[in-house]
This record gives sequence, structure tokens and C-alpha cells, in this order.
Amino acid sequence: MDFYQTDLSQLHNDLVNKKISASELTKATFDHIKANDDQVKAFLTLNEDAATKCAQEIDDAGIAADQLVSGVPLAVKDNILTKGLTTTAASKILENFNPVYDATVVDKLNQAGFINVGKTNLDEFAMGSSTENSAFFTTHNPWDLTRVPGGSSGGSAAAVAAGDVLGALGTDTGGSIRMPASFNGVVGMKPTYGRVSRWGIIAFGSSFDQVGWLTRTVKDNAYLTALIAGNDKHDMTSSLKEVPDWAAHLNDDTSVKGLKIAVPKEYYDDLNDDVKKVVKAALDHLESLGATVDKVSLPRTKYGVPAYYILASSEASSNLQRYDGIRYGFRAKDAKNLDEVYVKSRTEGFGEEVKRRIMLGTFSLSAGFYDAYFNKAAKVRRLIAQDFYKVFENYDLIIGATGATTAFKIGAEIDDPKTMYMNDVLTVPVNMAGLPAMSVPAGFSEKNGMPVGLQIIGKPFDEQTIYNAGYVFEQTTDFHKKAPKLGGQN
Amino acid sequence: MNFQTTIGLEVHVELKTNSKIYSPSPVDFGDQPNANTNVIDWGYPGVLPTLNKGVVRDGIMAGLALHAQIAHHMHFDRKNYFYPDNPKAYQITQSDTPIAHDGWIEIEVDGKKKKIGIAEMHIEEDAGKNTHTSKYSYVDLNRQGTPLIEIVSKPDIASPDEAVAYLEALRQRIQFTGISDVKMEEGSMRVDTNISIRPVGSDKFGTKTEMKNINSFNYVRKALAFEEKRHQQVLMSGGHIAQETRRYDEPTGTTVSMRTKEGADDYRYFPEPDIPDLNVSDDWIKEIEGEMPEMPGERRKHYVDDLGLSDYDAMVLTQTKEMSDFFEAAVKDGGDPKRVANYLMNDVNSYLNDKHIDLPDTKLTPANLAGMVKLIDDGTISSKMAKKVFKGILAGEEPQAYAKEHGLVQLSDPAQLQPIVDDVLANNAQSIEDFKNGKDRAVGYLMGQIMKQTRGKANPQVVTQLLMKSLKAK
Repeated sequence: MDFYQTDLSQLHNDLVNKKISASELTKATFDHIKANDDQVKAFLTLNEDAATKCAQEIDDAGIAADQLVSGVPLAVKDNILTKGLTTTAASKILENFNPVYDATVVDKLNQAGFINVGKTNLDEFAMGSSTENSAFFTTHNPWDLTRVPGGSSGGSAAAVAAGDVLGALGTDTGGSIRMPASFNGVVGMKPTYGRVSRWGIIAFGSSFDQVGWLTRTVKDNAYLTALIAGNDKHDMTSSLKEVPDWAAHLNDDTSVKGLKIAVPKEYYDDLNDDVKKVVKAALDHLESLGATVDKVSLPRTKYGVPAYYILASSEASSNLQRYDGIRYGFRAKDAKNLDEVYVKSRTEGFGEEVKRRIMLGTFSLSAGFYDAYFNKAAKVRRLIAQDFYKVFENYDLIIGATGATTAFKIGAEIDDPKTMYMNDVLTVPVNMAGLPAMSVPAGFSEKNGMPVGLQIIGKPFDEQTIYNAGYVFEQTTDFHKKAPKLGGQN
Repeated sequence: MNFQTTIGLEVHVELKTNSKIYSPSPVDFGDQPNANTNVIDWGYPGVLPTLNKGVVRDGIMAGLALHAQIAHHMHFDRKNYFYPDNPKAYQITQSDTPIAHDGWIEIEVDGKKKKIGIAEMHIEEDAGKNTHTSKYSYVDLNRQGTPLIEIVSKPDIASPDEAVAYLEALRQRIQFTGISDVKMEEGSMRVDTNISIRPVGSDKFGTKTEMKNINSFNYVRKALAFEEKRHQQVLMSGGHIAQETRRYDEPTGTTVSMRTKEGADDYRYFPEPDIPDLNVSDDWIKEIEGEMPEMPGERRKHYVDDLGLSDYDAMVLTQTKEMSDFFEAAVKDGGDPKRVANYLMNDVNSYLNDKHIDLPDTKLTPANLAGMVKLIDDGTISSKMAKKVFKGILAGEEPQAYAKEHGLVQLSDPAQLQPIVDDVLANNAQSIEDFKNGKDRAVGYLMGQIMKQTRGKANPQVVTQLLMKSLKAK
């Protein structure tokens, strides 16, 4: 069983009409994962026993007719807390950490009757663009196993691309959903900051972090995102705004006619040629469907990455202080006093990239440097947001590439953090402004055959317009129907 | 050389909210260690703070009680440091935008009134508690997240006596708002001091020394007085004051150096991203203002002007809110203000002092005290009987029923008393004779006889009236 050629509503119909049971579906899912995952390595933890039991219970109780995810196997990124199921954030410091509560998003999925297949790989604490920073192993891109899946939600993106599951939860702090979606030819939506509760998400950059889905189709994404969105009393930054039924608006009548699209030259001009060609064709396609497409400028885009790495790392340096070896997680064995417990546990428990960012953040917040770094970066953040708002005064959507390149080779950038950070240049500004944005499959590089993503950015809380455009684009193209042949070059 | 002293005080006050400032755990740290904690208090992965609005309300109330400006827009900040009793490794506090600023309170020392400025007030969370044995260290997080307000004075305090007067006034005002118990001995009020001296006329402050967590007003006075003198001696002998934290050593009455501050600690403050900025509307401030209980000064004025008490009585009764509330409730229940005040200041206070307890720890109620006072006033019981009835009401008894049950009711009915008067007169012809001859002592003797017959229960006033009438008729 794989999920290349199906979607949630079709699967739901099959379950309701008893063409397949949740148990059979679950077994087929694990069979598929076991056949693939020694190559792809998308999963850190498989939840087979509990999932099998859960599927049986759902079969016994009957599929809920009004719940599309009832009895459907889905995956969860491993920085999202799952009660009783190991949650590591791909860090040695949480290697055997077994949470006592579920993240709000998991709680909502449980209530809807989903089947939790397992926990997907990521860069340690979601810090990275390739999963190479995972303390355990690197995930391989199913389109070309010698390439990275992107990051940090690389495991989730690869699991969807490999046909293991229809959808997998990811988190996006600076592009961690959209970028791997682009690299793996799947759909990845980062909702508006505040749309989805962060309760139970292992915090990285608290003012940037958002949960979202990597899926095969736009409509599945719209449905699943609505399922996890909404105000949560546990998260004061979660919005009180109503969550629309986005998926209900995606049908044959959905159109991009008259839609005003802005294309920032910064999101187009400097792309690699193969990517640029795909993006140009995509924009032409949207224009041919009746949208207007204008070139604009987001002049502060280039300041996004440096300002982001100061702000997100500053927040991370504080958020990660709790991993101190005292109450839970890894504690160094031979510590002789309190200071040694702290220093040795953290030195041995954290990986290089996490330590680099803790150092960067700690420095940026230090007395005497705060104004020049943290404060200045916070000002840049406001300016970047203003750039977006100004464009949105005249346009409905901003569209460009998700990344300037396609998936790079494993090992190619791992020793060059600055080049690695620049992969986020087109995704980071969106997080700076808290906007919703989605990457949809737009085609393939003629150079290496790897997928290219189109990034669709919307106004705050206007996920609908993004989904509408993404849906129309998807329904009028067939890129999303292509699937990687595992193990082979494409 | 003459010096002038500058003292600044930082006071932490623990609020009596039901739940913690950023988590729904109950505020109660007498329980089993870590019983009143949840994942938020543990600093568990993935948790987020939710601000207890009641703490903001109490903070605004405290600000208003201290005549401070309330911030209309505020955010919270993280103060980062590692320690086992600080599980997130940061404290959520207010650094940039304190909830209130620029207030004052009035103090009086040696008959002179003075306003002491309050620089700022902010709300924050308390830490947990570490304890150590020879083998292990233990962390109890029950106290973690208990809401605190920190009140920072301006350096307007010029002597140890002024410092204590400031603390007393501060404690009294906060206590009257009802937001805290403000008890030094229980840690719900904690005091850090800063002191420096400089030559009179100099416009540059001297180097200051800091003392943390001094645990009584008396020790604050002694510690500051010792430091003041030590600073003088060091400077007079040509030395320099080291900027440092010192500790008051109670047995010797001296202060000792704890650690020298080499530059400030770097807490890497930055805005707390998990709590959105908070706007405080004028309407909310007005609403809280409306809920503000009368402050001690206003109450004193009312007691003197409207209830006829002396200044001294009014001051004693407003020392604590409990006493003042009790007094007002008893007066409302019909007790004569002066008599209620006397009972509270004398019998009740000495009872509390004897037992080392507070008013709420007794079974005494305002209604019962008022009831007893009324029984005295209407002649139902005598002052002497009242001593016994007082014991009854301390035990929670209703005074009228108690008096009846224990035979403590005066005979006041003339119809009942007249036969006794007649009987005594019939048996004491000599006394009648003496009275007629102008010997007033005879009346006293006859009264005594009547009291003896009634076993002391006769109402002396009624008896006197009846007796005089009967004697004159003879």
C-alpha cells in the first residue's frame, strides 16, 4: 500500500464503505514503511504496537463518518510531544525522553481518531535545513537517496514523498515545512503565526514557531490544517480568530481569475537557472488562468537571514536552558558538582549546530551587545514585515520560489553553516512577519530531475486565498502525481 | 566630617492568589514537596505560560495603593540564569515595562512627615526551594511560580528609622488592599536593602552595599544602623567601601561580606515571546479603583470624626486590616464604638499577645463582641459578669445564651427586686435610722445586703433607684 494516488476523502470513503479496514490500512502502512525506510530513514520511532491496537479499536467502534482522519495513518515530527511515545527532537539530550502529555495538535488528532504511525526525523531541535543535524541519522531524499530531504521537517517530507503516509506534521520556524516540501515535491503549509497552538511543541524560536502539515495534496492540507488550528487556552499567542473550513471552498468552481499576484524580484532574479525556469513556467501558467502577475520588490529580503539567525537563536538560547540534566533527559555520568552537571550534560548532550546557535543567541543577548544585535535585528524584523504589508495593500498573494536551489547532496554544505543558512533566504522573511505561506510542487529541475516548489505567501489569517491558488495550480498541473522511484535516479 | 545617608529598599511581596502566576497549580507550599506542581512548573519541554489575570489586577491594586502611575501597555521579560530551583532557567519578570511607576507613601518619624518615592513596581514569579543533605540535594517546586510584586523605592530614605517607618507604612497599605498577608516571619514580605553615605553637600552618591532577605523590621533597623556606622568609620579612616552584598549576622548584630560584585550579573533580559503584550484600559483601572478598600488613613479619620475615638485609639485599631475590619463589623452590629474599641485594644489584644495568635485564629466574632457590649449597655450583665461572658465569646459562644446558661444575667426587673429591697429594709431598721441621720454609708451597707441576697445578680442601678425611693418614703 502506498498513498501516491489517493487522498483523504477517497481513503475515508474506502474506510466507511469497508473496502479496507483501519487495521488493514495500518498494517499495509507499516509494511510499506519497512520496505522503504531502511533507505529513506524518515522515521526515528515507529509506533507499530500502539498504532495496531488503536486501529483495531477504531474498527471495533466503527469509522467516524464525519471525521476524514478517522482510522487514517499519519506521522508526527519528533519535536512534537506524544504522551508515552519517545520524543527526542533528534537530540541526544532527550534520547529516551517519554512525555507525560500530548501536544494540543496531537490531542486534537487523537480525538479525531487518527492513527499515529510514528515520529519523523529532523535536524536537532529543528535547527537545520537537511536533517544532517539529527543526532541519530540523516534522512535521504526519496527522489535521489544521495541528496538531503531538506529540513528541518525532512523526515516528515520524505515520509510523504515516499508514500508512507498521506500527511505528516511538521514545524516551521524559518522555513522548516516549506523548504523540505519543495525538496521532496510535496505540499507544505506554514499557517499564520498564532493559527495553531504551540502547546507541546519543543520550543526553538518561540515568536517564529508554527505547526503545519506536509501532505500530498492541497485539499488534504487544508482539511488537516483546519483540524489542528484554533485558539488554545494553553497558548496565549494562539489566535481567537475563527478557523474557516478551507477545504470546503476547494472545488471545480475555485479560480484564480482576477487574483492579483506580486512576484518580488528577490524571490525570482537570483534563483538557480533550473529553478528559475520552473518558477517562470508556473507564473506563466497562473497568468494564463486569469491571474495578474506583477514584479515588485521586498528590498529588505537580504537582511532576513542575518536578523533571523540573531532573533531565533536568542530565543533558542533561552528556550534550551531547561535541558540542564537536572529533572529529565540526558545527564552526564561523571559530574562531580552542580556546575559540572550543567556543563558536561549540555556539552555531551547537544550537537554542534545547536551549540553554535546557543552561543550566537547568548552573545546577541549579552550586556553591551544587546542593542547592536538583538535590538537591531528586532527593528529589521519590523521593517521586513512592513515591506510585506505594503505589497499586500495592492496584491492578494506574493509568489516566488521556496528555495533558490533544489535538494543538495548529503554532505555538500554541512561544514559551511553560512551557505547552509542561505537556503532559508526566501522562507525566513515570512516567519519574521508571521505570515501564512505554502510550498506546492511546481515541476522538476531539468538539470537534476529534482522537485521544485512554488512558494505562495498570503496576508495574515488569509490561508484561504493561498489554498485557492495552490489548489487551482495543482488541479491544472500533474506534478503532484509524479512519484519517486525509490532507490533509483529520476 | 558629617555624612548623609541614602537608603533604597527593594521589597518582595507574595500575592495570595489561588493559582500561580503562569500556571494553574495551586499556591500552597506547605504541602508535600512538589505536590502543587504541573508540567509548567517543572519547566517541561513544550510548555507555555498562561498569565493569571488576577495577578495583574492585584499588581494594579498595589500600584494604586502606593499612589503610582499604572502602565497602560506592558510586556514581560525573561531573566536568564541557571539554578536547580529555577527549572526553565529563566524567570518571567518585567524589566522594561513595570506595571506601575512613580508612586509614593508618607511616613512619620519623630513627628515629622515625609514622602518616600517609589521608583517602580513589577510582577514576577518566585523560584522553588533547594535543600541539601550530606548525600543529596533536593528541589521542591511548590513555591515555583508563586506570584510576587517587587516594589523598588527611590533613594529617598535618609536613616534606618525612616527605612523601618517606610516598611511599616508599606506593609500596612498593602495589607489593607487584601492582596497579600505581608508577613516577614512567613516570607510573604521580604526586604533587600541598599545603603551608601556621602559627605553632606556632595552631589555624588557614595558606594553602596546591599543586604538581602533580612527577616524582621527590627533587624533591618539594626543592620542598616551597623552599616551606616561602618561606612562612616571606613571613610573616616581613609578607606574605600567595596560594592558588595553583605549579610546581617543576628547573634553578633554585625554585617559580614558575602561576595564582591565585579560588575553586574548578566541576565540577558529580552522580551518574553510566549506572553503577548498586555494593554490595561482606563476602565479596568477605574474598576479596580472602585474595589480598593479604604486605606488606614481614611479609616482613622472616620473613626475620629464620626465615631468619636481618640487619635491614639484610631491608630491602634488600624495597625492591621483584620483588627480594623473586626472593629467596623462590631460597630455595624450595634456595638458602642468606644466600648468595642476598648475591648479590642485591651482584653482582645492581651489575649492575642498571650497566645501568640492573630485575630482570625480565634473563634471571636464581631457579632458576639457587639452582642456582649450591648448586654453591658442595657444592663443585662454587669462589667464584672462581662469578664466571664468574654471568655465565653472567645470560645465562640453567643453572649446572651452564654450569660443565661451560666446565670450571668442581672436582676433588673423592679417587680422582682422590690420585695428583696423591702425585706432587707425590714431587717435593718438601724440602717434606715442612720440614713435619716445623714450617714450615706448606710446606703452602701443596704446595697451590699441586697446584692448578697441576690448573689450579686441585682442590677446596681435599678437597686439604687428602688432603695433610694423606699428610704425616702420611710
